[in-house]
Amino acid sequence: MKIKWKKRLGKYQGLFYIAPWLVGFLGLQLYPFLASLYYSFTDYAMMGTPKWVGLENFITIFTKDRDFKNSLEVTLIYVLIAVPLKLIFALFIAMLLNLKVKGIGIFRTVYYLPSILGGSVAIAVLWRFLFSGEGTVNTILSKLGIGPVGWLSNPKVALFTLSLLAVWQFGSSMVIFLAALKNVPAELYESARVDGASPVRCFWSITIPLITPTILFNMVMQLVTAFQEFTGAFVITSGGPMKSTYLYILKVYDEAFKYYKMGYACALSWILFGVVMIFTLIIFRTSSKWVFYSDGGDTV
Amino acid sequence: MIRRVRRILMYAFLILVGVILIYPLVWMFFATFKTNAEIFGSNRLLPSQISFRAYVEGWKAGGAYNMGKFMANTFVMVIPCVLFTVISSALVGYGFARFEFPFKKLLFGMMISTLMLPGTITMIPKYLIFNKLGWLNTYLPFIVPAALGGSAFLIYMMIQFIRGIPRELDESAKLDGCGSFRTFLYLIIPLSKPAIVSVIIFQSLWSWNDYFNPLIYINSTKKYPISLGLRLMLDSAGNNSWDQIMAMSVVAILPCLLLFAVAQKSFVEGISTAGLKG
Repeated sequence: MKIKWKKRLGKYQGLFYIAPWLVGFLGLQLYPFLASLYYSFTDYAMMGTPKWVGLENFITIFTKDRDFKNSLEVTLIYVLIAVPLKLIFALFIAMLLNLKVKGIGIFRTVYYLPSILGGSVAIAVLWRFLFSGEGTVNTILSKLGIGPVGWLSNPKVALFTLSLLAVWQFGSSMVIFLAALKNVPAELYESARVDGASPVRCFWSITIPLITPTILFNMVMQLVTAFQEFTGAFVITSGGPMKSTYLYILKVYDEAFKYYKMGYACALSWILFGVVMIFTLIIFRTSSKWVFYSDGGDTV
Repeated sequence: MIRRVRRILMYAFLILVGVILIYPLVWMFFATFKTNAEIFGSNRLLPSQISFRAYVEGWKAGGAYNMGKFMANTFVMVIPCVLFTVISSALVGYGFARFEFPFKKLLFGMMISTLMLPGTITMIPKYLIFNKLGWLNTYLPFIVPAALGGSAFLIYMMIQFIRGIPRELDESAKLDGCGSFRTFLYLIIPLSKPAIVSVIIFQSLWSWNDYFNPLIYINSTKKYPISLGLRLMLDSAGNNSWDQIMAMSVVAILPCLLLFAVAQKSFVEGISTAGLKG
């Protein structure tokens, strides 16, 4: 009798170990996820209670809120500059380091370092100084005869300067690419060489197909991160000049924590969620065409 | 011959990229020894004379709530966060890696999908919950989530690592009379040391560098962690004390640099294992 009881309990043992996560998942992720959907249909001024207003928040956002359109555009441009540049650079450097480079440890350390510090306020402060009107970057450029660039003061350039901060942190993607490249079997390259394939051909026909799962992973993770960039834009440019770096999260932050329009801010964040979902869905839907799983696709 | 030239060119390129990447940090380090006038006036990298004035004055700036206080606050916030993250992600990792239970596949899938869930979506209700609980302006909004599984990324890292430990070891522990919890404590934990080190490192860095969460949860200067403290300094000091701001920025990133220097191997391994199998 006792043994049977123990056996039955044993079935649930695992649940006991994952309980901390389960509680956190239900209370701090699933509930907030659903609550934020509900709030997005309400007028909720933090101090009061949420008042159902139907689609009003969304209607205001799409028809009256000029900042919304601007923020969405700015964010999309930021994502489309920062993510591809970062990934291409990360992959390129990883491939170079994979060529049996001497002192690879030192290079890896140096390239990875910015990823460690990049999200901190200290680095944002540094960026703000380096790229200011009379900052170090302009000083160096003027020696090369290139006239002062308004890195942070020119609305057309400021967003690009922020993207540079993201690209500067390519190290973590690079390390992941490097690990994937190391897993490509060397025999494949050898037999391709015997068959007379050029290095360029090897790259497109062996390397790229075999690391597509890693490209997919890096792409999705970087996309989600980039859509939520905050610290850089908040500390370096505060969204300016002329709201040219007023990234989406800055907008959500202002609505929620400056004006305490919680319902409105929730509606905004659900729109962002929708946009991120569309991007990820496109990537995953098309992934069956370009991602190649050598082990039959079972990743879990 | 061509091969050699190509190789030399490649090294030159790799070194050049490294220099460009590191230059801002090196520049910042040397700028802290310069006077404010020299930071703006001279374009030499090295300071004309070494002075620790910026460190001394920057450290004292702000009166009672100075950098020393902010630094201490950061430790008070980060250490429990890291501790609870280690405990919870090891437990949860063990649960997913070693046991079968109802809805396991579904729950695992849920956990993986939270990796991709933008935090923005849950941010406001979470804030409202913590507000209702009276936790605003305390470190509980950082510590409690850490104890409740913390980051899916770190849990996933633990799962992958524990899966790699041979199950035969569990079986022999069982034969020796160990229950599942003692197996966890005396077998899995010691063998997972590399993964646990990675968890410690990642969580320390994230908590240390976090700016957004302190910004919304902490509102009295007395409790500011270093990220908010730096921003405060930047706002109040204006253009005349960049030397001090730079010096304090160096102080703020120093713990991260030290951590990276001590444990950079685990960093690279941690991120590679978690990334690869995803």
